[in-house]
Amino acid sequence: MSISRRSFFSKLGKSAAYLAVLSSIPSIAWAKWNLKAFTAPNLDAAIKINYGDLPVIDSDLVNLKAPAIAENGAVVPITVESKLPNTKSISIFVPDNPGPLVAKFNLGPSSVAKIKTRIRMGKTSEVIALVEADGKLHRARQAVKVTIGGCGG
Amino acid sequence: MNLSRREFTQLLAMAGAAGLLPSCASSSKSLDKMYDIPNWGDVRLLHMTDCHAQLNPVYFREPNVNLGFYDAHGKAPHLVGERLLKRFELGNDPIATHAFTYLDFQNSAEQYGKIGGFAHLKTLVDKLRGEYGKDKTLLLDGGDTWQGSGTAYWTQGKDMVDACNLLGVDIMTGHWEFTYQDTQILKNIEDFNGEFLAQNVRVTEDALFDDAPAYDEDTGHAFKPYTIKILNGHRIAIIGQAFPYTPIANPKRFIPDWTFGIRDGDMQELVDEIKANEKPAAIVVLSHNGMDVDLKMASVVSGIDAILGGHTHDGIPKAIEVKNSKGMTLVTNAGSNGKFLGVMDFKFTNGKMSGYNYKLLPIFSNMLKADVEMQTYIDTMRKPFLEKLQEPLGVAGTLLYRRGNFNGTFDQVICDALRAVHDTQISLSPGFRWGTSVLGGQTITMEHVLDQTCITYPETYAREMSGEQIKLILEDVADNLFNKDPYYQQGGDMVRVGGLDYALDPMGSAGKRVTEMQLDDGTKIEASKNYKVSGWATVGSKAPGAPIWDVVAEYMRSKDTIDFKKINSPRLVNIKDNPGIA
Repeated sequence: MSISRRSFFSKLGKSAAYLAVLSSIPSIAWAKWNLKAFTAPNLDAAIKINYGDLPVIDSDLVNLKAPAIAENGAVVPITVESKLPNTKSISIFVPDNPGPLVAKFNLGPSSVAKIKTRIRMGKTSEVIALVEADGKLHRARQAVKVTIGGCGG
Repeated sequence: MNLSRREFTQLLAMAGAAGLLPSCASSSKSLDKMYDIPNWGDVRLLHMTDCHAQLNPVYFREPNVNLGFYDAHGKAPHLVGERLLKRFELGNDPIATHAFTYLDFQNSAEQYGKIGGFAHLKTLVDKLRGEYGKDKTLLLDGGDTWQGSGTAYWTQGKDMVDACNLLGVDIMTGHWEFTYQDTQILKNIEDFNGEFLAQNVRVTEDALFDDAPAYDEDTGHAFKPYTIKILNGHRIAIIGQAFPYTPIANPKRFIPDWTFGIRDGDMQELVDEIKANEKPAAIVVLSHNGMDVDLKMASVVSGIDAILGGHTHDGIPKAIEVKNSKGMTLVTNAGSNGKFLGVMDFKFTNGKMSGYNYKLLPIFSNMLKADVEMQTYIDTMRKPFLEKLQEPLGVAGTLLYRRGNFNGTFDQVICDALRAVHDTQISLSPGFRWGTSVLGGQTITMEHVLDQTCITYPETYAREMSGEQIKLILEDVADNLFNKDPYYQQGGDMVRVGGLDYALDPMGSAGKRVTEMQLDDGTKIEASKNYKVSGWATVGSKAPGAPIWDVVAEYMRSKDTIDFKKINSPRLVNIKDNPGIA
């Protein structure tokens, strides 16, 4: 494959941007993998193992962005942004996945509380974002439909 | 019987004398002046949508089943027949009845003749722009323009691009446009003299990384999201909204680099940004969301003056006023197959929209002279394909149509053809909303079959499926049609079936709407048993069989009269008193 000079520098620039994002993730994000939480078979257990008995409240300060209908269930783009000042962690749950806890991001005090990832969904389910801040779990939720597609007018 | 222009005019005069004409046509005293629209306000937006590449006049029957539930129950667009006429105060005027409903369709169609056609549309567009002042008007096309006919397929949409350039389309957005290969789409857009807009189509991050072309690399917009036009001294912002579920309802493989979605949050941000930076007199969305999605979006997003909509093919005579947090947004839907032209006149006071006047004009081809230049273009373009298009395949034993929530009569013929040619117990056919109508007694030509089937993924299949898989398909499509939340609907109709009967509860929850599945002979479908099923239009990967039009043509050639024994429409539960069915 030949690559033009412009294209090379543009790619380099973009790689640098991605690297910058990666390196800005605080070291705490690499903390020990919580096997139990990620293999918990249902939502309640997954939350409890992760967070104990912290109270859960719905919050407008948690912005969950997900498609209403997924274009591809294998890579569903999810964005979670927290506007809560002391955000400690952001986690994403899919209750109808075999393991409901999909991802947990531990954030440091200087982190921007906005994460963007892609998750795999086997079938239609609610997607729940929990933001841990000030001893509470702040929740946003949305249904994401996984469909076999076709037959559109 | 087919009326001449003169006879038609006389008939209109009689209808008018009897006080039968709708307000849209009766405002002028003489009824042959149905298309004389008084100049009102400061700017005029003409809106066409979902013509599905029908360049010549056709017949198109409106549905007798268009069910709505929950918040949509009994509201436009989920009204049919007399209920629709009543809601829009059209009385029992025969012109409005024929234009907006299925009532007495065969007889009325024989009387009034065909509808639409680009040469007739051009005459009307030129008249409405000319009288108002061309520089004060825009012609907007909501998309589904490059697909739906044999010639559009063979020319990859180019025949329609050239026709739209002749017609003078200023701005368009799309849906079926995206079913050509991406390189072809970009080429067609380049050849299009107007602007192609879509705020909700983005280049995927992976594709951007690989230098895929984008309108804006930073925002990821694949196409220009909005434009500003200055009409009569007023700045008018037009935002494009393509069909949000294109890569789900249609094959993603043709457009791997693009991702869609409703993106109403982005829409709100864009509206706010336009308001702050562009100081427009009005913000208009040219939308292919479908009417239910437009109605919801109008209630969620504020600051839009009007959403001119399409996709769901609803010929809605008036604009619907939807309240939201900062005011009101108008929502319209302008039907399909070239049958209507929407006329939206705006009046401005102190730089803001202070009034509107909306009409949805039916295009009766006999009432409008064909524009010579356009007709010459159409005839010349069609010449190389004419022999193929005009091949007679049989005579319609009854009125054949598709539109409606469940099997139309033409669908039943397609399903029967699939079963006969592929020798299967069951057949499946997609619930598209396009496809023209053929009157009983009319000769069915290859062109009619192509009008019903012409897509870029036409291959058929015949394979074993378990009862469970068949149910899953029915349930999945039913949820796309009847989900309580419009944002989870895709705007097509129910998958058509052959050889299979079932009961459907549209108000059931997802996965629990379909029961009583049985074969034509009454044998119950068992979840674990396998059945032979044929179908077409697979979105995942290319199917191995012949294109659907060849299958249908083969079936028709073997018969003189094209008819069917029974129609496999489901038994409906929970539809008592629903004004969306007659």
